[in-house]
Amino acid sequence: MRKDLEKAEPIKGQVEVKNTTCYMCACRCGIRVTLRDGEVRYIQGNPEHPLNKGVICAKGASGIMKQYSPARLTKPLRRKPGSDRGDGEFEEISWEEAFSTMSERLEHIRKTDPKKFALFTGRDQMQAMTGMFAKQYGTPNYAAHGGFCSVNMAAGMIYTIGGSFWEFGGPDLERSKLFIMIGTAEDHHSNPLKMALSKFKRDGGRFISINPVRTGYSAIADEWVPIKPGTDGALLLALINEMITQGLYDRDFLVQYTNSAQLVNLDEKSSEYGMFVRAEVPVEEGCFDPQNKLWWDRNVNKAVVTHTAGADPRLMGEFKLEDGTPVKPAFQMLVDRVKEYTPEWAEDITGIPAETIRRLGHEMGVTARDQKIELPIAWTDVWGKDHETVTGSPVSFHAMRGLAAHSNGFQTIRALSILMTMLGTIDTPGGFRHKAPFPRPIPPCAKTPRGPEGVKPNTPLGGMPLGWPAEPDDLFVDDKGEPVRLDKAFSWEYPLSVHGMMHNVITNAWRGDPYPIDTMMIFMANMAWNSTMNTEGVRKMLNDKNEDGEYKIPFLIVCDAFQSEMTSYADLVLPDTTYLERHDVMSMLDRPISEFEGPVDSVRIPVVPPKGDCKPFQEVLIELGTRLKLPAFINEKGERKYRDYPDFVVNYETEPGSGIGFLAGWRGKGGEKFMKGEPNPNQWQMYEQNNCVYQHELPKSYQYMRNWNKGYLEWARHHRLTRYAEPILCHIYSDVLQQFRLAAQGKTDGKQPPDHLRKRIETFFDPLPFYYETLESQLTDKHKYPLNAITQRPMAMYHSWDSQNAWLRQIHTYNYLYMSPELGTKGGFEDGDWVWVESQWGKVRCLCRFSEAVEPGTVWTWNAIGKQAGAWNLEPKADEASKGFLLNHVISEELPPTPEGEHLSNSDPVTGQAGWYDVRVRVYKAEETDEKISYPQFKPLKPVPGQEKKRKPWMAYFAGKGKRAS
Amino acid sequence: MTQLALVIDLNVCVGCHACVTSCKEWNTSGIAGSMSDDRPYGESPTGNFFNRVQSFEVGQYPNTETVHFPKSCLHCEDPPCVPVCPTGASYKREEDGIVLVDYDKCIGCKYCSWACPYGVREIDEHQKVMKKCTLCVDRIYDESLPEAERKPACVMACPTSARLFGDVHDPDSQVSVAIREEGGYPLMPEWGTKPANHYLPRRKTKLKIHEDELIRADNPLKKEGHLPTPDESTPTLDDSTTW
Repeated sequence: MRKDLEKAEPIKGQVEVKNTTCYMCACRCGIRVTLRDGEVRYIQGNPEHPLNKGVICAKGASGIMKQYSPARLTKPLRRKPGSDRGDGEFEEISWEEAFSTMSERLEHIRKTDPKKFALFTGRDQMQAMTGMFAKQYGTPNYAAHGGFCSVNMAAGMIYTIGGSFWEFGGPDLERSKLFIMIGTAEDHHSNPLKMALSKFKRDGGRFISINPVRTGYSAIADEWVPIKPGTDGALLLALINEMITQGLYDRDFLVQYTNSAQLVNLDEKSSEYGMFVRAEVPVEEGCFDPQNKLWWDRNVNKAVVTHTAGADPRLMGEFKLEDGTPVKPAFQMLVDRVKEYTPEWAEDITGIPAETIRRLGHEMGVTARDQKIELPIAWTDVWGKDHETVTGSPVSFHAMRGLAAHSNGFQTIRALSILMTMLGTIDTPGGFRHKAPFPRPIPPCAKTPRGPEGVKPNTPLGGMPLGWPAEPDDLFVDDKGEPVRLDKAFSWEYPLSVHGMMHNVITNAWRGDPYPIDTMMIFMANMAWNSTMNTEGVRKMLNDKNEDGEYKIPFLIVCDAFQSEMTSYADLVLPDTTYLERHDVMSMLDRPISEFEGPVDSVRIPVVPPKGDCKPFQEVLIELGTRLKLPAFINEKGERKYRDYPDFVVNYETEPGSGIGFLAGWRGKGGEKFMKGEPNPNQWQMYEQNNCVYQHELPKSYQYMRNWNKGYLEWARHHRLTRYAEPILCHIYSDVLQQFRLAAQGKTDGKQPPDHLRKRIETFFDPLPFYYETLESQLTDKHKYPLNAITQRPMAMYHSWDSQNAWLRQIHTYNYLYMSPELGTKGGFEDGDWVWVESQWGKVRCLCRFSEAVEPGTVWTWNAIGKQAGAWNLEPKADEASKGFLLNHVISEELPPTPEGEHLSNSDPVTGQAGWYDVRVRVYKAEETDEKISYPQFKPLKPVPGQEKKRKPWMAYFAGKGKRAS
Repeated sequence: MTQLALVIDLNVCVGCHACVTSCKEWNTSGIAGSMSDDRPYGESPTGNFFNRVQSFEVGQYPNTETVHFPKSCLHCEDPPCVPVCPTGASYKREEDGIVLVDYDKCIGCKYCSWACPYGVREIDEHQKVMKKCTLCVDRIYDESLPEAERKPACVMACPTSARLFGDVHDPDSQVSVAIREEGGYPLMPEWGTKPANHYLPRRKTKLKIHEDELIRADNPLKKEGHLPTPDESTPTLDDSTTW
């Protein structure tokens, strides 16, 4: 700097400041963007935004380098005739050509067999739009990334407590005193959790991290409890055992707010075996738990309807109804279940000493019991009882993919949810709290069609593409019990695959099982690299042809803002805009950014014009929907209904006159309504004037106990967040799961699984949580492959989203395989050596790094740092390709085929969650003669037309000199 | 006399690098910019960063601590980089203690970076001048910014508010109170450089559960009859006393 300038005389230039919403990861913080002469000069956290209150993370602060990345695509591209998929040989075409190609093809498919069009998207934050498009088109083959991310977390918790972590709820660290983080990688989620964690620690809270690895958040934990991957369920069940043994559970909470005291029918001859006994009172039918179950009242020593005034139910014991039916309270069933799950039993499995497990249980239980929080907030429960205060226990949890991304994750997360419930911490101060539009009924009401009749030519889908099965009859299967969806979601193989199974889509389409398709459209998902398992195999499938020379997946459309491994396989590439160039909504119909105190949604508003011919994917869908004359996109005359996406957002209603649209704020003609109200032509301006965010703060009395809070539930019903104001009792015992088990046992009249899946359904649809070794582990020679291999992503990177980022890639340019030094001692290699990591599926060569911060039976690496040479327009020699590596090459998307030749996904058998962290490996030294380069290597990709080709040996970014003006 | 400085709380720093890139984005287009990047899309990319986070492990498994350690110019009260500068480009401001480089005088000889025991100076090989943290001198006095934003970019960004900024010579400032009350320490005081920046150490919160805390009259198991009371027929003292 020059001395005469140190008093900060402003640098010349036209300065503008605009607000929008970040998209450098999925947190969606508010940002304030300063432009100088139209170039991005500074991106800061918006101090007036409720989510991040002015802070920003490493990724968010590097948005400039995303905006001006040479990896940007700028033109629609067509694969050159005669070139192979994956070669990245493209020619530029016009948007008109792209649209006419697509609409011609899609029109024909829709007219003949709409399920032959598949639309799958990554972490796109526009599922409200993409899901609606798929439904309107009439294809069942739609999903976003949830199935390979964290659907176990969503399903496990929502099927138990009616809500889940991250977007839909989280730990109330403001009031918590003990916080347990289990199985959480570094950025799930980012700024809000960092802010809360630091405040929590400074307020004297105690933070325990249970994780195989100590990095990131775990680094500042007061105690690190290393655990073997995939064994969290054993730990949680042992904790439940200890809480029951010591009486460290909140009895009143369990009685009032859960199904713990409800009586389970144990008449083995009955078709109702294992279901709750229902009273003979007529109830209204709907998507909620009817309140017609029974308690065993100790006062009269007989069964009474639940929540009968004055009744005092038994939680334990065995009873006989008047008709002789043997029954037990659900809690007794749990007691029986966890009896064998002692801390000593769990010690062997988890590697955590029994004494530590007991102590953890005592810390949780005693803190919850003795440090009750009482807030002077009066509320009324759904049974009409007035409460003068809201009470809670200051013990909270957070968990994410470490629990979820295992094939036993669903039952593990059921166990976690039950533990949280036993501590009385559901939607209470200091515990777990919901965020609107949650809690939902268990399960939520959205449903897919129930069979192939839901898919008809030229007709919208007869249900939602994704839903929440409540019983076997809700499955999306044909009369033989076979899947209707390409990914086999909602079939008997993975009945509760509520986020779909994107990780199997390409393999299934390639194999033609359950059927071949015609066109696959992928938006913002790197399915030829880090977002797929069996990467090399999947790449071959994408390029594989039938004997007639036709591709097995005939037409592949990819939309993305950046050139990637995936775009190189496309027949048609559509250049998307960046987050700074487009309108977006964080909608209540998708995953909004709500706070504990009430619903919040937000928008993006462009701060710079689109680069080149880039077009937002939403505009592509609206144009396509209009050309295809999908009902939602045309008026009565069959003409275009929406000018563009902003117009759509303002005027679209879920049903004509419903008053529900993509945005909840400033509805009604003058913006006087919220949640529900007629379209407001000035809605965008109102968001713009309000930091791009709409926040509704509920009255204090509606902010807690929302599963059972009369005022809240009626408010939610009035504002059409929900259809019913019925209580949402936590499912300690899941009769939803039991119905699937009964079907598998042939005890029900409804849909039945095919015979070869009966045993599987019967085993895994256990109404009570249980521990089993992950499926892949059960099928692996553990002497040969003794180690668990896992990944996490660093806080400064969000998958491959940031590999093109000049600043962030200086922080993580390549990745090591981290491991205990013991492995080097045993294997005869040193820190920093080249090693092979091998599973039963394949092997990868990489650099090792010794670490004392990892459980010795585990090796781990950063996900998605390794790249194909030339991808993301990095130079072919970039470290990402030569030293970086992708662990996905040794992870399979399927389990070994059964003796009958059946292919099952490498997934949780309940939810279809991809079992990323189940892989077992061995590690050994690379030969001296081996190349000092990571393996496997692929042919380098070249820049595509419309991309910057000239590489600068160095750069010095300075906004406002016009060099980079878009 | 004022001495501005950063106090960095290692008790809450999670190593997220927000301070690293927010510093870069502010300063590359500010008066201390630009900040160059070599091979930005190639092999071994490297560039100027005024602030970097080092992460390291302490101790042996399972008693391992992972420490994230952000480091930038410490704005020493007796900065060794200043007297070695042959041109007077490197200087310490009297009014606020910030150590700066006058690019017009700097000849890029690197003496200052050799003299700095902390390795926090950054040579710009393209402009041939030495660069470094300015404590965002072009933010902190800029009256066009709202008062709450007249802070270094790293301080504004930090999601865990691990970075405190203020006058360490004012005993009542937030930074002085933090240093005093939370065991703040300077780096390598033995060098006599008197770094103005300080670090706050890790602090552990423990919970002691006494065995008798597990025993309670209101144990819910009692209600279920699972904390047994002895059968009336079993012997008691009443059966054998003779008083």
